[in-house]
Amino acid sequence: MLVEQIAVFLENKSGRLAEITAVLAENNINIRALSVADTADFGILRLIVDKVEKAKEVLKDNGFTVGKTSVIAVEVDDKTGGLAKVLKSIKNASINVEYMYAFVNKTGENAVLIFRFEKMDEAIETLQKDGFTILTREQICAL
Amino acid sequence: MYWQKEQECMSRSDLQALQLERLQTTLKRVATNVPFYRNKFNELHLNPDKLNSLDGIRDYPFTLKQDLRDNYPYGLFAVPLRDVVRVHSSSGTTGMATVVGYSRKDIILWSNLVARILCGAGVTPDDVIQIAFGYGLFTGGFGLHYGAERLGASVIPISAGNTKRQIQIMQDFKTTALVCTPSYALKMADVMMDMGINPNGLSLRYGLFGAEPWSEAMRQEINERLGIRATDNYGLSEVMGPGVAGECGECNGLHVNEDHFLIEILDPDTLEPVKPGEVGELVITTLTKEAFPVIRYRTRDLTRRLPEPCPCGRTFTRVSRMMGRSDDMLIIKGVNVFPTQIEAVLFEIEGTEPHYRLIVERENNEDKLTVMVEVVESIFFDEMRKQRAFVDSIRKRMASELGIGVNIQLVEERTLERFNGKGARVIDKRKL
Repeated sequence: MLVEQIAVFLENKSGRLAEITAVLAENNINIRALSVADTADFGILRLIVDKVEKAKEVLKDNGFTVGKTSVIAVEVDDKTGGLAKVLKSIKNASINVEYMYAFVNKTGENAVLIFRFEKMDEAIETLQKDGFTILTREQICAL
Repeated sequence: MYWQKEQECMSRSDLQALQLERLQTTLKRVATNVPFYRNKFNELHLNPDKLNSLDGIRDYPFTLKQDLRDNYPYGLFAVPLRDVVRVHSSSGTTGMATVVGYSRKDIILWSNLVARILCGAGVTPDDVIQIAFGYGLFTGGFGLHYGAERLGASVIPISAGNTKRQIQIMQDFKTTALVCTPSYALKMADVMMDMGINPNGLSLRYGLFGAEPWSEAMRQEINERLGIRATDNYGLSEVMGPGVAGECGECNGLHVNEDHFLIEILDPDTLEPVKPGEVGELVITTLTKEAFPVIRYRTRDLTRRLPEPCPCGRTFTRVSRMMGRSDDMLIIKGVNVFPTQIEAVLFEIEGTEPHYRLIVERENNEDKLTVMVEVVESIFFDEMRKQRAFVDSIRKRMASELGIGVNIQLVEERTLERFNGKGARVIDKRKL
């Protein structure tokens, strides 16, 4: 049920994001989703890619600090209130969201929400109980 | 103006005879009372009874800061703890710290030697002296305090920090002499401007500065901005604290209190004496201290002898202001910081040899230390909250280890240049 995400440490200096995407492109790695969290001094880039191990390896080879974490991908209809419903379910179970980001799939019908929760196992249980669709890595890559 | 004219102006030949006699006594005392020295002297077959010239000191082994650490806390004391009335310590927490002790007689001596320096700088019993050095284990605050009381000046033991309050008190109490680091004096001048206080309206006349390196340009700036006469003074806790040397009203080099300290200036590489007037490392042997004598202590401070006699009439040798260090120690806000201390904290946190760079800057007359740390996987988090908490935790650990605040800047892996020499890890951008 968990999807692997890679995270890359970024100093706030120009061209770093471009370098990362270039490295991934050269190695035929497809980015499915990404988000950047930033502060005044540094940033954290999070990526969902089709080839996780390969991506980690090539980025490390190119001198980046790379971490791997598990996140949960929830599929919702791309209409008003889609995210609100998920968050309500999570709130009722008193689970905190560490971070989240989203993307819309190619058909434009569904949105995929990527979550990192404080309590991942409980979150999966809660989301399943409330009838949400949780995607596997294969499903995400197939989108 | 002299505090102890008879000593301060004694003839060189009388001084040398006195130094030799005191040196013999000191060597005998440490050989009897301190196992560390006894063992070293035995190994080298040195017999203090046979020392018959001041040059004979050159046969004796050096004492290093590491020796003080190795004998932490009381291993180098030459009197029983019962006779120690005061203990001071240099910055650094356990493992890196050094401890020194003072007998009752040492405290009286210390007070007199600081009084000499205050007196030489122009301070009299009519002065009101504001001591803005930290009080505590650091020798600066108490050293100047006791000396000023001995002299009979009115002492304001305000200690370090809270600049606005310092200035308010300076104004209200009509302070005439200020004791602090030279950079803090400039910081005070800045804050006075912000507060709309004209330094010319204050009673301030003298500034006695020490505990960090400075320059003639800084002296000029301080003199002009505060309308005072700034003098330099020097000391280090391992030897005594302030009172080792200080400038007279000529403001041209520091007179070493040679009746109590024997100095050598050596090439830090060959450990041979430099040619007269050349820059070398100051090495000090105490001649009269009871509780904590040191033999040939390598201060790591670089200076040179000023050979011309001083017009003030003092016969004690003058040395130039400290021109730098022969090791990688940094002095930041008057606090001694070794890069190895920072390295040790990072090593503990990361679990591997850390890659870091230290940047020292002076912004608005205040020193600022930034530690650049390469982010390796073990200290990288995908959650911003954790990454920031991590930065805070290093900042706190460093502050508690070093005794000063630091900025932590995370940088990408392999972006800091690799060096073999440790000194290269420090970039000191301060222009003194």
